[in-house]
Amino acid sequence: MTSSSAKSTLADLRPEFRQIVELVAPGSKVLDLGCGEGELLKALQLEKRARVQGIELSDQAIQECIAKGLFVYHGDLDEGLADFTDDSFDYVILTSTIQVLHRPDFLIREAARVGRNCIISIPNFGYWRVRVQLFFGGVMPKTKRLPYEWYNSPNIHLTTTKDFRRFCTEHGLKIVRETHLVLGEKGCKRVRLLPNFFADYSIFLLKKS
Amino acid sequence: MSNVVDGSVGIVETQYFTFAEPPNRLKLECGRELGPITIAYETYGELNEDKSNCILICHALTGDAHVAGQHPPGSPKSIPWWDNMVGPGKPFDTRKYFVLCSNIIGGCKGSTGPSSIDPTTGKPYGLNFPMVTISDMVNAQKALVDHLGVKQLMCVVGGSMGGMQVLKWAVAYPEMVRLAIPIATTARLSAQAIAFDAVGRHAIMSDPNWNGGDYYGKAVPSSGLAIARMIGHITYMSYKSMHSKFGRDLQDKAVPDYDFVTEFQVESYLNYRGESFVERFDANSYLYITKAMDYFDLAQPSGDLRKELARARAAFLVISFSSDWLFPPDMSKEIVSALRRNNADVSYAEIKSDYGHDAFLLEVESLGRLIVNFLEYADLGGRSYDL
Repeated sequence: MTSSSAKSTLADLRPEFRQIVELVAPGSKVLDLGCGEGELLKALQLEKRARVQGIELSDQAIQECIAKGLFVYHGDLDEGLADFTDDSFDYVILTSTIQVLHRPDFLIREAARVGRNCIISIPNFGYWRVRVQLFFGGVMPKTKRLPYEWYNSPNIHLTTTKDFRRFCTEHGLKIVRETHLVLGEKGCKRVRLLPNFFADYSIFLLKKS
Repeated sequence: MSNVVDGSVGIVETQYFTFAEPPNRLKLECGRELGPITIAYETYGELNEDKSNCILICHALTGDAHVAGQHPPGSPKSIPWWDNMVGPGKPFDTRKYFVLCSNIIGGCKGSTGPSSIDPTTGKPYGLNFPMVTISDMVNAQKALVDHLGVKQLMCVVGGSMGGMQVLKWAVAYPEMVRLAIPIATTARLSAQAIAFDAVGRHAIMSDPNWNGGDYYGKAVPSSGLAIARMIGHITYMSYKSMHSKFGRDLQDKAVPDYDFVTEFQVESYLNYRGESFVERFDANSYLYITKAMDYFDLAQPSGDLRKELARARAAFLVISFSSDWLFPPDMSKEIVSALRRNNADVSYAEIKSDYGHDAFLLEVESLGRLIVNFLEYADLGGRSYDL
């Protein structure tokens, strides 16, 4: 890894990942569940000197992760995290992942078990454009964050920001911080007002309460 | 990402190293001693100044030291078994790395084995050859690596039984292995895999020509060895690859003859594989090597794989193939699980393939990409470092 390619990685980092990088304390041990091509892990490794590893299902993404010098496990998250003891990571991260799982509640519990902190981000199904399409159009919503047709969507457990907050309360997870974003014409913006309506993406930093 | 370029290492010659001269024989795991020991090996590429670019490739059951290139004109025919992986511009790039492969002890491709002459009798060892284990094979390789002046191997890699040697290297000489790539392998054979080996050995030992292992200079147990090889081949292919290659097609005929001659293409293929194997392999070596695989259990002596792997210091890339039912992905996952629980640096990739166990020789594209990138970047990964 040369410094020039490392820097280009960081400059290209998606804004939602940028927000997540800021949540992680330097020198942490991090597990990313559904790490994709490893952009976030690489950024955490370079910027936060984090000791990182990932789990990912896609063959192609695994190749990309290894090309980034990351240590990754090719496997299905629905199998769980049985190899890891309690609190073996400082952070367990799930970015836009829980909605594709068969048992999101199971994996979130597992993530909370092996991680001292969890960072979970979700596409918000309560976003106003989603509501409008369903309410007035009477059709399954399609947005920039949720670009799929009803029949080919991998998203089988969509949630709203409000739903997720309630889930956390019910499952003994304390929300330490939450950041809400919306993807607009000029990129990604923070949303402070009525996030369950105006944000299309929410990031939660959680601790076991 | 680099492309697999068709570059050959060119003409190579097998070299020989002899050690463990009596009385300094090599102590074997079974308690007996062996010496002198000759090891046949080949090297490709140049060892760099600080001797830090050596990659050791460990071969599988019937492999040999001839991984890549061609032997000089006039030599007996020998096909390089991983030629598409080793060479200039290939995944094990000989412009950067010094690649080493040696024939295992117990083998019949130049290293000391049951067909070698026992210096105490002046005759081939036959069954007087001591039982050698994966551990003994690795110890012999270690002597060769020492002889070459290499203090640390940049990488130890191998498929199938070669992968067992990789695992053994990582725990037996932890300080000597930087990167370990066990492919399509296992920490211990399943009962099913042992059963197939046992049937192969039965075929050899029930051939009248086998004669208690004493057949050198006489008719060899070719029908037994051929059957053993046929059984092996069935286990190396998947249901799908075998069916798509042969289907139910008949061999050189349109209608069946309703007799016991070779009818189906798959029969003809197995016959051919069996017969050609007999010309290049020694039946006693087949017995010894399959036995070494059966005895291999990385979880011993404690019985706890995690504990035994705790000694390893290498960063691992464990690779399995989806349709491999001889050493299925779950067996690789068992290794990965132990390493993860030890907090080791480990990546795991399961390559989708219809080729079965043989995929480690055939899925060059996916395998090559993983390996190229792992070799290039793994030394940096996992640990914090300065930009």
